[in-house]
Amino acid sequence: MLTLKLAFRNITHAGLRTWLNVGVLSFAFVLIVLIEGLYDGVLQQVKDDMIDSEIGGGQLWQKEYDPYDPFTLEQSHAQVSAELTQEIMKRNATAVLIASAAIFPRGHIQSALLKGVDPDQKIVRLPAFVLRQHRQTHAIPGLIGARMAKSTGLQIGDVVGVRWRNAHGTFDAGDIEIVQVMTTNVPSIDKDQLWIPLDTLRAMLRMPGEATVITLAKDIARVPAHGPQWIVRDHAYLLKELIENINKKKISSSFMFILLMGMALLAVFDTQVLSIFRRRKEMGTLMALGMTRWDVVGLFTLEGCLLGILAFLAGSLYGIPALAYIAARGITLPQMTSQIGWAIGSTVYPHYGLRLYAVTSLTLFISVIVVSFLPTRRISKLKPTDALRGKLS
Amino acid sequence: MKKYFAFLGSLLFIVAGAGAQAPSGADVLRHIDKNLVLDKAVMSTTMIIHGRAGTRTIRSKNWIEGKDKAFVEYTEPAREKGKKMLKLGDQLWNYIPEPTDRIITISGHLLRQSVMGSDLSYEDITENKKLIDLYDANVTGSETIGGRNCCILELRSKEEDITYDSRTLWVDTERWLPLKEERCAKSGKPIKRSEILEVFRVEGRWYPKRVLYRDLMQNGEGTEYIIDAVDLHAAIPESQFTKAALKK
Repeated sequence: MLTLKLAFRNITHAGLRTWLNVGVLSFAFVLIVLIEGLYDGVLQQVKDDMIDSEIGGGQLWQKEYDPYDPFTLEQSHAQVSAELTQEIMKRNATAVLIASAAIFPRGHIQSALLKGVDPDQKIVRLPAFVLRQHRQTHAIPGLIGARMAKSTGLQIGDVVGVRWRNAHGTFDAGDIEIVQVMTTNVPSIDKDQLWIPLDTLRAMLRMPGEATVITLAKDIARVPAHGPQWIVRDHAYLLKELIENINKKKISSSFMFILLMGMALLAVFDTQVLSIFRRRKEMGTLMALGMTRWDVVGLFTLEGCLLGILAFLAGSLYGIPALAYIAARGITLPQMTSQIGWAIGSTVYPHYGLRLYAVTSLTLFISVIVVSFLPTRRISKLKPTDALRGKLS
Repeated sequence: MKKYFAFLGSLLFIVAGAGAQAPSGADVLRHIDKNLVLDKAVMSTTMIIHGRAGTRTIRSKNWIEGKDKAFVEYTEPAREKGKKMLKLGDQLWNYIPEPTDRIITISGHLLRQSVMGSDLSYEDITENKKLIDLYDANVTGSETIGGRNCCILELRSKEEDITYDSRTLWVDTERWLPLKEERCAKSGKPIKRSEILEVFRVEGRWYPKRVLYRDLMQNGEGTEYIIDAVDLHAAIPESQFTKAALKK
């Protein structure tokens, strides 16, 4: 208890030196929580957007379907079973049929995916209802995302030629009128794809009653019976790549973490080294009064730890309101970040979990204890007589 | 009166004779196949692609055997030299030389992709099937193209798994070559057009010398396909149509 009192009195009497250390440490602490919170926020946002706009409560994939292998696409269609059709009728699921095609915006060929969706579906946040709108032309109504609109130069009202092959391999061609350009944070429902009514695509491909993917409702109680043609893809599978990508980004951003922590800990280390040098006589006096060398080591280490505690308290004092404010207002990203391939909105809202707070605090404490202790090892070899004379042996 | 009957008789003879000579759609297709389908050939060709970024000329050597085997080796320009393509039945492989040194399988919808940015797809360039086996044909009219008398032939696919559901051919009724052709989608929309600009005679058959292909859904000016030389009796070793030949 005496050591604690002594340590506290020492750091409070150190004045500006202590508060500078506390300031640097707390600033690093708050900044680390903010950066980590931003990554967690991005992950949470991307997950929510993907679930809302694309994957719902999970999906059933036709067994041949592999979105990363275009070779599989021609075989990736199967009849929707009676059980699944019932679930679709009950609005517990929706079917999507996918086919590759070539489109000709402004006369230039471009590869695209044709995706057939039920205009009445409410399972995912996709404005498919626009595909029912009355149109001026007899062209097939089409819905595209803003990224697709940008890459093709297509706008609402434009008619674009499209060429595809039906189930028998025969070429077919027609026109699609763009009835809506949607803004979405999810590139995987936007980039290089055209959404058209499911029944129209089935007729175009000569694939009546068939689908490539069945998306289940978010609140569905259980996966319906689906037969051997379909494979269940749950959230863990569908979000796996995204989580891995963000974790990789987190690791690559650890440079920032190391830099911030390094700066703060260097300040503590410097302070400790300086203290030991300047307080040699004090150490000698304490040992002459009966303290062992290790008691003195403990005192100096405790002073460093108290700096960590004060930094934590100070950081919490100004950091919690500041971080809460940022979490509520979000951080608006520059336009270029929408090109990185994740489903990020224009504003990112950091997400600070208890785990993040605890892990960051613990890392800070342990690091401060280590850097506080390291310079004090010299004290363990100190002779009290030398110390009283102001010498470091 | 005798003169009148004699004139009428000869007129009837001419009309009846002309009627007997008018070939059916199937006959025209047989004539075309006889000219265009090659049992075996080694050809040197030039492809002139009139693209958005200008005109590119690509030269190649082609080996063909029946409808299922084809091998193409690009010889010019330097950046395409050494690239090869092998077709065996429905399978197709592309070889890209060093430093990539890779064989790429082309199948499914990739067969529809354009060859080196041209208006020809991989399927178009390796097609050597008899039209008579694929289509029913009807002669629907006649027209003159480039001073040559042509009959107009409407083709309808016999089966559902034919690449082009229908075609319209303007066939030179003397040389039996389709001087113009439109290949149509299932919806009837024309998607590709070819025009034979020059012909030549080889081994007793007429064969296209210079053909202009156009993808009608694109804005480009088309691709010229020129046959510089053809040898119908060249000995082609069996090893020419193997994947090993790609890396040779």
